[in-house]
Amino acid sequence: MVYDVTVDGKHHRLELEKADGSWKCRLNEKELRVDAVLARPDVLSLLMDGRCYEIKREQTATDLHLWVGNARFSVELRDPRSLRSRRDAAEDEKGPKKLVAPMPGKVVRVLVTEKSEVEAGQGVLVVEAMKMQNEIKSPKKGVVQKVLTTAGANVNAGDVLAIVV
Amino acid sequence: MFKKILIANRGEIAVRVIRACREMGIATVAVYSEVDRASLHVRKADEAYPIGPASASDSYLRIDKILDVARRSGAEAIHPGYGFLSENAKFARACAEAGVKFIGPRPESMELMGSKTRARQEMEKAGIPLVPGTSRGLASPEEAEQVAERIGYPVMLKAAAGGGGKGMRLVPTRQDLGSALEAAQSEAQRSFGDGEVYIEKAIVDPRHIEMQVLADEHGNTVWLGERECSIQRRHQKVLEEAPSAIVDSEMRRRMGEVAVRVAQTAHYTNAGTVEFLVDQQKNFYFLEMNTRLQVEHPVTELVTGLDLVHLQIRIADGAKLSFTQDDVKIRGHAIECRIYAEDPDNNYFPSPGKITLLLAPSGPGIRRDSGMYEGWTVPLEYDPLLAKLIGYGTDRVQATMRLRRALYEYFVTGIKTNISLFQRILEDSEFQAAKLDTGYLDRLLARPRETVADHDSVPAVAAIAAGLFAVLQPVSSGLGNGNAPGAAAPSATTSNWKRKGRSEALR
Repeated sequence: MVYDVTVDGKHHRLELEKADGSWKCRLNEKELRVDAVLARPDVLSLLMDGRCYEIKREQTATDLHLWVGNARFSVELRDPRSLRSRRDAAEDEKGPKKLVAPMPGKVVRVLVTEKSEVEAGQGVLVVEAMKMQNEIKSPKKGVVQKVLTTAGANVNAGDVLAIVV
Repeated sequence: MFKKILIANRGEIAVRVIRACREMGIATVAVYSEVDRASLHVRKADEAYPIGPASASDSYLRIDKILDVARRSGAEAIHPGYGFLSENAKFARACAEAGVKFIGPRPESMELMGSKTRARQEMEKAGIPLVPGTSRGLASPEEAEQVAERIGYPVMLKAAAGGGGKGMRLVPTRQDLGSALEAAQSEAQRSFGDGEVYIEKAIVDPRHIEMQVLADEHGNTVWLGERECSIQRRHQKVLEEAPSAIVDSEMRRRMGEVAVRVAQTAHYTNAGTVEFLVDQQKNFYFLEMNTRLQVEHPVTELVTGLDLVHLQIRIADGAKLSFTQDDVKIRGHAIECRIYAEDPDNNYFPSPGKITLLLAPSGPGIRRDSGMYEGWTVPLEYDPLLAKLIGYGTDRVQATMRLRRALYEYFVTGIKTNISLFQRILEDSEFQAAKLDTGYLDRLLARPRETVADHDSVPAVAAIAAGLFAVLQPVSSGLGNGNAPGAAAPSATTSNWKRKGRSEALR
């Protein structure tokens, strides 16, 4: 198996091959032997050259983080052979951006109208949870193509609230 | 002794009180709102009854419904926990009228301490040290200006009915007074239905130190040592410890004696906390009295060896204190972290949702008072406090190291928590030197986090682990922490063909 892995913004190429009960890993052309046990869902125990690592996976609606001991890494994983992966990668920077609810809550205000222009970092909607209000900001300068919710609506984590092109 | 107690609360504090009751052989009655059916306190209690919709004002704040459950279940006493109805004198009175014992102070004491201006007036008469200022509401902007001029800027405007930083404004100079007064009054009116605002001299970089007191119903009052609560965000405590690094035994005795006098002036019974502001010269001033069990009571329990909830129940049952002031000894050091459902990457915004993975710490010197469990969906209607992790040791250094070790073991996902914040505080050199004041945490958070690269190859390990996770435990679609129905158990609906196909990239 071959993966393109991005860890905190840095790209790595990873090849994995099962061999004699452990894994032969080639990371950025460097060869490593890894013994891996999935201790329970989302908890991985790795042994590499005698060193122990406990890795925990934190998967939310919007992103993936891995914890190696105390250190937390933002991780993206792509299969370079997958068509969708290549398309996603191409559209990463330009193209439509979805504004996603980071947590379940209630939309209290919509601050823009469709077709209006927004600056990067400008507030688009306000979502309330646990008595706190959170402004959902535009990730880029552009035009609000669609607002997919209304004030008063309940939303779940991961729901697309608006699209900026 | 009571045979059955109703706990008019939810979350970790309800679980805490239920545990104490079980230890004392007392049956427990839980109440719950519509969204709390699966909450831990309902699972732990002997009996549980629904009290209405999610909104607290329709459930946990409904005196009539709670007393109705008490009547139906035959509970002889009610423990209010903290928050909700715990400092509501009307509730305490309604309990008395219904013939149910309220585990807490008398309603008159609650009313006195509930009004900051009335409390100031009474304490002034009793000779308690107060921050210079007015002890009654300001009648006009002109009066505010005169008082501020007399005590000197900066000054603090405070709502008489206030708490939690609401209706509070820091006024650095004379120009800011007019608008700040208007803002404080309107916020106080909106938040507490009472626009009364008074003025105090602002103590620069104060410490917030409080003293635990305990009074039985036979006139015996003792103090149980202080808690250092200076580490706050948005006027909310985040980390507390006992004892305070700047309080020696002589200062402790003086603060304790003042706190006992405050309690006696208010004819106080049961557990209470007297809060003080401490300036840089270690002068301490009475701030307010909290007429309830505090969130941070465990640190006092660990350093005194007393169980405050047991004692609250015994006192409410009419027992005399079984020990005197001389018996109270402070031993060791305890630090508490308040674990909140908050997102550190999003300005500590609340993060409710489903807990998909929970690894809980244990081991020497660790106490965990928790209201959460794996698989539980944290409702979005209430305070985001999930659990309290308390480290205890021979001294402050050992308590700190044990807590850091336990935080290293603590892991919660599905929702975001502030666990990483405590790692950051506990490894900070200023914290370790106990250089604390109420501005400490804002200063720490304003600094960029120093990355702890304990091993150069760690990002590479993360990259390898990402690939191995993808092979060993493929993430299925429909993930996330949504409350959406059907979001759970995705593996059952994903076919092995599809998974195999994906891992081989044959799509």
